[in-house]
Amino acid sequence: MPTITGVSSVDELRDPEGHGPLQGDRASTGRLGDRLFSGTARGASLLIIAIVTLVGVFLLSQAIPALANDKVNFLTSTQWNVDASPLQFGIANLLWVTVLSSAIAMLIAVPLGIGVALFITQYAPRWLSRPAASMVDLLAAVPSIVYGLWGLQVLGTHMDGIQAFLIKLFGWIPLFKDAGIGAASTILTVGLVLSIMVLPIVTALSREVFAQTPTTNMEAALALGATRWEMIRTAVLPFGKPGVISASMLGLGRALGETVAVTVILSALAGSAPWSWSMFNGGETFASKIANNAAEFDSPQKAGAFMAAGLVLFGLTFVVNAIARVVIERRKAFVE
Amino acid sequence: MTAADVTSGSNLNATRPRGSDTGFTHRSHARALRNTLARLVMWAAFAIAMVPLVWILWSVITKGGALLLNSHWWTNSQRGITNRMVGGGAVHAIEGTLIEALATAVMATPIAVMTAIYLVEYGRGRLARVVSFTVDILTGIPSIVAALFIYAVWVTTFGFQRVGFAVCLALVLLMIPVVVRSTEEMLKLVPNELREASYALGVPKWKTIARVVVPTAFSGIITGILLGLARIMGETAPLLILGPYTKSIATDLFGGLMPTLPTMINQDRTEVLQPAVDRVWGAAATLILLILLLNIAGRVISRLGAPKT
Repeated sequence: MPTITGVSSVDELRDPEGHGPLQGDRASTGRLGDRLFSGTARGASLLIIAIVTLVGVFLLSQAIPALANDKVNFLTSTQWNVDASPLQFGIANLLWVTVLSSAIAMLIAVPLGIGVALFITQYAPRWLSRPAASMVDLLAAVPSIVYGLWGLQVLGTHMDGIQAFLIKLFGWIPLFKDAGIGAASTILTVGLVLSIMVLPIVTALSREVFAQTPTTNMEAALALGATRWEMIRTAVLPFGKPGVISASMLGLGRALGETVAVTVILSALAGSAPWSWSMFNGGETFASKIANNAAEFDSPQKAGAFMAAGLVLFGLTFVVNAIARVVIERRKAFVE
Repeated sequence: MTAADVTSGSNLNATRPRGSDTGFTHRSHARALRNTLARLVMWAAFAIAMVPLVWILWSVITKGGALLLNSHWWTNSQRGITNRMVGGGAVHAIEGTLIEALATAVMATPIAVMTAIYLVEYGRGRLARVVSFTVDILTGIPSIVAALFIYAVWVTTFGFQRVGFAVCLALVLLMIPVVVRSTEEMLKLVPNELREASYALGVPKWKTIARVVVPTAFSGIITGILLGLARIMGETAPLLILGPYTKSIATDLFGGLMPTLPTMINQDRTEVLQPAVDRVWGAAATLILLILLLNIAGRVISRLGAPKT
């Protein structure tokens, strides 16, 4: 099956003499067919590079004119007024809601995902391990709009009690302050739903690395008298740590960019709403801001403002995914 | 409590005969307790993870399942049906979803498979690393950003209308990385002996790939395509920006509106009238059903035709 890391044991396949697979020019005859075929393969690869470059270039080229006309600070302003003739838009609100909802999601999904991955690889009876893995994977097959619908209409109706309880207990902290928004459409509800959406990603990759723990390490720990849990703590977890970090990063990338579930659940605030740190507030993330206003892209200026927001989102997920990649690459070097 | 008790049921028992650890049996209560606690926590984690899955499926089935049993659902569109009326079907949205998925697959598969072939069979050095990194970036691109990009190209730059084909272009961006990664994995599973045997017979490299390597990995590649399709069929963000909804059957990718299941859900999601609410959940159930079928088909094919290694 495909792996999320793109790294598999097969990568290290060598023949007994230590030669790598016959590849590159050594196997090519230089005939027309060969040149055509390798040319097509290379062309497809270059096309992908071109597409990704174009994504950045196009967003940038359309965002720059709007940014140049922006009369307020793009990074620190909380206003979003793209109808005015000198544009006034800033991403402070979007950034906070995006980061807060993703942080809630990660706080729940990462520990839970590690637990589920350990359960599947270390604790589950053999008959249960495979079905359990498939069932967690099933969570990834649910479309995001269904998550949104379910989050708002089913899960949301059970959030009142939780919200009231948290406000009563921690209401004096700005993060937990009552913001007067229906409990179904708060940042907290979004975070919960995002955590469910991210869970299969975190679990799948963690599971993969935990399963790769060298048996000798695990046996050594057990032979020294470690309990199962001590074995996991001393052998499995240290070995899997880079994988777990990278899994969390991939999950975070997903949470930051999730659009429709957030759009459906979160109640967008009026432009004049006061700034609030609260997780019981409404608001918009980068993605939901763009989705909510798709009808407003009529003028290049307005569209440019949303492209700028999209660009920041692209940058955020780019960085997060690059970190995931670097961490897993370093581990590969370490294992070799 | 002995170590054998603690680890019973483990996969390690096969390599670790029972009773071999009777030499040291003392274990402090605290350690044993922590061990038991950890086991409970892991079981609980799994149980907690199952709650949303069961809950979501239960909600969708109980709220929308009934409509799927009605034959009208699979044969009629929503044309002329208002939110107060019971009836109509989802065939327009199902058709739209399938057409767009098919068109996307037709565009994305050749690019993705050729890229995977490049990475596994030809790729060396710097370019291969850059391509691999780019595919990772593409994996991480949020669907809304892909949609914005296509909007910037298709509507803003070229001045075209928002049509089904533009949605397909955005979906291609999202499908390519899934298929590249899975195809790559499958090509790597093809034993090198097959390639070398082919070379030894004087077969050129390109023919070896086209006639030996790809056919060997074929079922795996198909599985990857099906899983990629499952991923994009549930995507809604590109549809919100590029594919407005309509209640009638529409099969033209290049002109007019094109309804799909996600936009059908989106259209009436804030509705309070019961017939419309039922249809929203019915569309959700249909979408999940389609995606599940694709997933199952993918898994079955991969199990039937896995290359013997």
